[in-house]
Amino acid sequence: MTSLAMQRRRATAGRVLAQFRSSKPGVIGFSVLLLFVVIALAAPLLADVRELNPVFARASGNPQWASPGEFGALGTDHLRRSVWVQFVWGSRVSLFVGLAATILTISIGSVVGIVSGFVGGRLDAFLMRITEWFLVIPFLPLAIVLASILGRNVWNIILVIGVTSWPSTARLLRAQVLTVKQRLFVDRSRSLGAGNGHLVARHILPNVSGLILANATLAVPISILTETTLSFLGLGDPSSPSWGKTLEEAFVNGAMVRNAWWYFLPAGLGILVVVLAFTLIGRTLEEIADPRLGQSR
Amino acid sequence: MLATEQSESRGRTRFILKKVLGSLLTLVFVLVFNFVLFRIVQSDPIGSLFRGRNVPAAKIADLRTAFGLDESLWVQFWAYVRQTFQLNFGISYQSRQPVWNEIVSAIPATVALVGISAVFSAVIGTIGGVIAAWRRNTWKDHAITSGTMVFYSMPDFWLGMILLVGFAVVLGWFPVGGMSDAGSTATGLALLLDRLHHIFLPALTLTLAYLGEYALVTRSSLLDVMGEDYLTVARAKGLRDVVVRNRHAVPNALLPVVTLTAINFGFVLSGAIAVEAVFSWPGLGKATADAIRGPDLPMLQGLFLLFSAAVIFFNLLADVAYAWLDPRVEGA
Repeated sequence: MTSLAMQRRRATAGRVLAQFRSSKPGVIGFSVLLLFVVIALAAPLLADVRELNPVFARASGNPQWASPGEFGALGTDHLRRSVWVQFVWGSRVSLFVGLAATILTISIGSVVGIVSGFVGGRLDAFLMRITEWFLVIPFLPLAIVLASILGRNVWNIILVIGVTSWPSTARLLRAQVLTVKQRLFVDRSRSLGAGNGHLVARHILPNVSGLILANATLAVPISILTETTLSFLGLGDPSSPSWGKTLEEAFVNGAMVRNAWWYFLPAGLGILVVVLAFTLIGRTLEEIADPRLGQSR
Repeated sequence: MLATEQSESRGRTRFILKKVLGSLLTLVFVLVFNFVLFRIVQSDPIGSLFRGRNVPAAKIADLRTAFGLDESLWVQFWAYVRQTFQLNFGISYQSRQPVWNEIVSAIPATVALVGISAVFSAVIGTIGGVIAAWRRNTWKDHAITSGTMVFYSMPDFWLGMILLVGFAVVLGWFPVGGMSDAGSTATGLALLLDRLHHIFLPALTLTLAYLGEYALVTRSSLLDVMGEDYLTVARAKGLRDVVVRNRHAVPNALLPVVTLTAINFGFVLSGAIAVEAVFSWPGLGKATADAIRGPDLPMLQGLFLLFSAAVIFFNLLADVAYAWLDPRVEGA
């Protein structure tokens, strides 16, 4: 019985993988993302972290506001720090915050959605009312207010994004759980004496996991863009600068009036490319999880 | 005939009443939420007022009494609700002016900027979506779809920074920020031209940033409609392709776009926080960005309430418009 289920699951995984490989946007998105993950993980090999310290940058005799031709690959900023080093280490923070916030978002959204859809009744009505309220509160102002009150560090930013962006996931999953719950195999399992825990773990979860994965991939761009905006508005963690923090410092210290494009172009391009990669992957996964979508896209 | 019309309008009234009640409930939730955020999560409002500076204990005690912080939470909550309905949000830490006055003076700039961008992005985005869907899988579709996706994937303020450097700093075609030239005494037509000159870049930024959503929603909505039988019938009648598209397909596909537009108008007030900061456009967004730097908590609280109320109001408007446009709604 177990080995049969295992076999079936392995076959499904194989099919999903094959479908994903045959999608050009999916493969492009995945390759680009892989490149950035490698950059983020290999940051200590690619760029000396001490270069982020203005004192060190001055001591090593870096020029100020040097253009890419004059210093290194991407020039320097107002504090003589190499922009390349900021880019490499910023990718770490941006990716980490984006992924961690998404995990939190999806966890809250999935629990609320599955409980709401599976239990139903009053609990469902209550949870959906709260979800609706959170959908109505404007997302960015709420994140700003929370981040201002909680203080500026990476974990608070992750918490803020998670707490503010779960409602759409909850709604989507609730709808999916409601349809899965009607299926015959759930009734059959229940009549054979299965408890709620078993039903959720063995029948509901496997049938919504594709949707959760697709939804999670599409939520990463929102997390990354929100982190960027919060950092740009001065709510980022000063001790672990992300791409958004770089953009803030470039803006505040007059990189634009000096036309120091090398200071603010790389970080923004990094965000754009990573967000696009996640969007391409997410849409491919979504099409695999819900084949009807393929026709309207 | 008359009877069904009456019951139809009664169903509609009931639907709208239900939505109004729901909105009021949401408003109450926002009020409570706001109170919890600013009076409970933020545990030491007096301390944050002085931020580490040395203040005599007696003065702190006086201020605690003055702000009513020694009262019970219930008393504080009712005081807060009363003040909110009197539009009394306290004094801004930064400008020392009443928060409400500061907010009111910033509203016109934001409504002008985001209103213009919202209209342009809705119109251009919808047209783009229609073209993309009608010419599905051609180079036009691919160009529109991938173009809008790229704009959708970049931080809006970063796009603003690039446009600002390109067109204002390097080319010098537009001013680098603000709403009017410093010390300008222009009136009438000259004033209008000056304002348009200043609003162009921020409005272009927001239009490009919002386009994508409209284009994608219109496209997928029209694609859903395109398989319908009545389009085949319209074609069989010998109607020209343009007429089939504009008279038969598009009107039926526009419903989700109308909803999106109404909902987006709710986010209009809060939509341009970072972009306003980039172009120092003196609206609610820049007020928010400035308040963060403090942090000017009374200002943030007032802005947050206003932003939420705007969204609730326009959501209600979207529901009512929906009930008006889609006769199937009354059953819901």
